[in-house]
Amino acid sequence: MTEDETDLIDVAPGAPHNNIMSEVVSYVVGLGLALLLTGISFWVASTSVLWGPGIATGLIVLAIAQMGVHLVFFLHITSGPDNTNNVLALAFGVLIVFLVMIGTIWIMSHMNANMGVSPELMNLQMQH
Amino acid sequence: MTTEAATIGLTHGGSEDTGLGHRGPESKSIVVPYGFWLFVLSDMVLFSALFATYATLVHATDGGPTTNQLFDRNLVAIETIALLVSSFICGLAIIAAKRSSMLWTQVWLLLTGLLGAVFLFIELYEFAKMIAEGAGPQRSAFLSAFFTLVGCHGAHVTAGLLWLGTMMAQIWAKGFRQHILRRLLCFSIFWHALDIIWVAIFTIVYLIGTLP
Repeated sequence: MTEDETDLIDVAPGAPHNNIMSEVVSYVVGLGLALLLTGISFWVASTSVLWGPGIATGLIVLAIAQMGVHLVFFLHITSGPDNTNNVLALAFGVLIVFLVMIGTIWIMSHMNANMGVSPELMNLQMQH
Repeated sequence: MTTEAATIGLTHGGSEDTGLGHRGPESKSIVVPYGFWLFVLSDMVLFSALFATYATLVHATDGGPTTNQLFDRNLVAIETIALLVSSFICGLAIIAAKRSSMLWTQVWLLLTGLLGAVFLFIELYEFAKMIAEGAGPQRSAFLSAFFTLVGCHGAHVTAGLLWLGTMMAQIWAKGFRQHILRRLLCFSIFWHALDIIWVAIFTIVYLIGTLP
């Protein structure tokens, strides 16, 4: 099998397509969507359009959406058959990232709650 | 054997490849960026530990300044735009490099670097201002976690800028050889990944930190 045929079977992350228009359009669409999501994030954070306690959750949803935009339009991670390896590696990475972050936050908050100390006193201890 | 492999999804897009190594390894143009992709993902795992630390310690201010008193959203907005546009222009540089356009590759890479430098300059200004106000990393656990997380990202950007300068010199001196293009592609993966991490930082640290 020649080098060219090999290239059709797998693509590297970040490798652009073959047509200059579709390449540029992909980056421009990505930039537009990322700017839009960034703008919405800053706007949501400074207005009361979302229910107060829900703003943080909304911001995290917007951030995850923007990361998806970056992955698809800048790094060209797609669901195509030539991208299987890249997607599987990404899925494993995302799994570990979520385990580390959610696991830590979950355990540490429960440790606070289960220390048998009143929240005010616990807060004092956490401040050192 | 081939049909069995096909049913468990080991083949790619109807090719004869069984996915069992009969064809040998992929070409270097696939293997090198894929390996670099694995490194970038492991870097994100490293950052997830720093994010987890920050989220745990964010209220441990020891009576010192809090997130609401320290962060300036306008500066962060400029940083965010600079890094995002830098990432976009880095993509344009890859498109130009693939077509062996020396002028446009160098122009886009230079703009990528300048915007990266703008980002870094604003970040260093913010750090210097905080330290001058007595809000340095030794002030509280929150500030230690903040400087570790954001500083680690800034260190990555600094390394990226050095790498970018090296790539511009290599392209200038050696032209668009295959191994140079592979390095440039790896650099673009690195640069895009730094922007993805910055999205998490500006959301979790700065925006959520300055909610009323």
